[in-house]
Amino acid sequence: MDLRAFGEAFIAMLENIGIPEGWVLLINWILGALILLVVALLLAIFLIWFERKVAGRVQDRLGPNRVGPWGLIQPFADALKLLTKEAITPDNADRITYNLAPVIAVFHIIMLFAVIPFADKVVGANINVGVLYLMAFGALGAMAMLMAGWSSRNKYALLGGFRVVAQLLSYEIPVGLAMLVVVLLSGTMNLNGIAQGQGGLFGLGWYVLALPAVFVMYFVAALAEGERAPFDLLEAESEIVAGYNIEYSAMKFAWFYLAFFLNTWVLSAVAVTLFFGGWQGPGAAQFPILGVIYFFIKVFIMFFVFAWVRATFPRLRIDQMMSFCWKVLVPMGLALFLSVAVVLKLGLPDVATWALLFVANIVILVVTLKLLGNYTSDLSRTQNKRLFAPELPRL
Amino acid sequence: MVGQILFIFIAVVTLLMALGVVVARNLFHAALFLVGVFFGVATLFILLEAEFLAMAQIVIYIGAIATLIVFAIMLSRGMMGKHLGKYNKQWYFAGGAMIFFFGLVSWLLVKMPFAPVSAEAPADAIQQIGSGFVGHYVVPFEVASVLLLVALVGAIMLARERNS
Repeated sequence: MDLRAFGEAFIAMLENIGIPEGWVLLINWILGALILLVVALLLAIFLIWFERKVAGRVQDRLGPNRVGPWGLIQPFADALKLLTKEAITPDNADRITYNLAPVIAVFHIIMLFAVIPFADKVVGANINVGVLYLMAFGALGAMAMLMAGWSSRNKYALLGGFRVVAQLLSYEIPVGLAMLVVVLLSGTMNLNGIAQGQGGLFGLGWYVLALPAVFVMYFVAALAEGERAPFDLLEAESEIVAGYNIEYSAMKFAWFYLAFFLNTWVLSAVAVTLFFGGWQGPGAAQFPILGVIYFFIKVFIMFFVFAWVRATFPRLRIDQMMSFCWKVLVPMGLALFLSVAVVLKLGLPDVATWALLFVANIVILVVTLKLLGNYTSDLSRTQNKRLFAPELPRL
Repeated sequence: MVGQILFIFIAVVTLLMALGVVVARNLFHAALFLVGVFFGVATLFILLEAEFLAMAQIVIYIGAIATLIVFAIMLSRGMMGKHLGKYNKQWYFAGGAMIFFFGLVSWLLVKMPFAPVSAEAPADAIQQIGSGFVGHYVVPFEVASVLLLVALVGAIMLARERNS
């Protein structure tokens, strides 16, 4: 049976029982939210297995392989183990804030699921300000981690909290600029509208073809927004033990773990929607079910790249990370934004516009990489200079 | 019906949060209550179908301002986890200013004739706001931007290290 017919039959049934129209709408909304919630949580369990398997293969290991076929049941076993562990709360912790932090950490990400278009018109809330919604609720994560870091009454947790603000607030700017460029090109902030705008060339007219440099910028900034290596300084074990979640145990820790994986998945889904056509693909406009399949395939390829990067690269130093954002990504984003605005103002036909955008993107990317290469190849800068040199006492 | 119940619920929660900001003894808790107030106001904007304003509210007030307030509290010495007194020496000034301001606002609300507008929010609200910013209201918009820039430069000038 068609999903929409099922929904209509359900609404008719509720109305026949004698529930007023407004309440039927409310019940429908709550049910939709519950479905998204369950999908998100089940997805997270699969993602944990997926990422561990990928990391294992990249590092020449097998990954989880004992529980169930190919170790598929491993995350369930882990979850059970975490559930049965003792939940320890530090004596001096600020209890309400301490317990609220993991809840907000997970739910601000699950709220992001509401605006992601899984197929044409299959979207929780088809709002006109979808891109802004992503920015808004994405920003709540920093608040949750600050709460966790502050309420634990632990120096390392507090340091982790400071790093959260520094890192997440800084890298929100390149992410926002990348989203802004896509909005400029598509002319809408509605995520489904952005996906619909990439239907050219039999569903392969993706924005990444016109904006490759913007995608690179988004991807790098998303690595930092998702706290993933090489930008995982929030939980750098060698520096601040475990960061903001050091005092969390058992299921409360598991919630932060869950938030981490869901966040990466949402960042991949947004990357796919903005740059890789979302649900678009050959034949997706005629058969919406194909759209769902295309969307999930693309998102998992994207997630695979995130996992691949995490398993490959070593961690950056915090000053390198901050100056990379402010001195490389932000100027690059502004240059890209200006170039796209100018090209779109010329009012050329579509093919010429896209070709020009592509050329402008490549030029900006090459210039950025060249400048970065010159900077890092100058050994006197990278090897001798110490940014936080301690003042030595004079003897 | 559902809309009214939602409105009353959100309004009560927002007001309780606002009360919390004032009476919380712990500065960090007050900041968290403030986040709750901002969130409540954003939800009221959604009830009014002003999606753009709601999202801007969350991006700017929760994502940026509240986070910076919390950050500033965490960095300031003596504020961490300490419970502050309920009153300080300026309580009567503050009380007087509060009564004056409350009277002013209530007087304005009673006197001001609010013109009824259609219940439907315009479909192209975002476009209208956008072209308003770069069209009719371009001068105030630019002045506000310059003001923010000045504040930014000033903050850097105050905070930078002075090399002898």
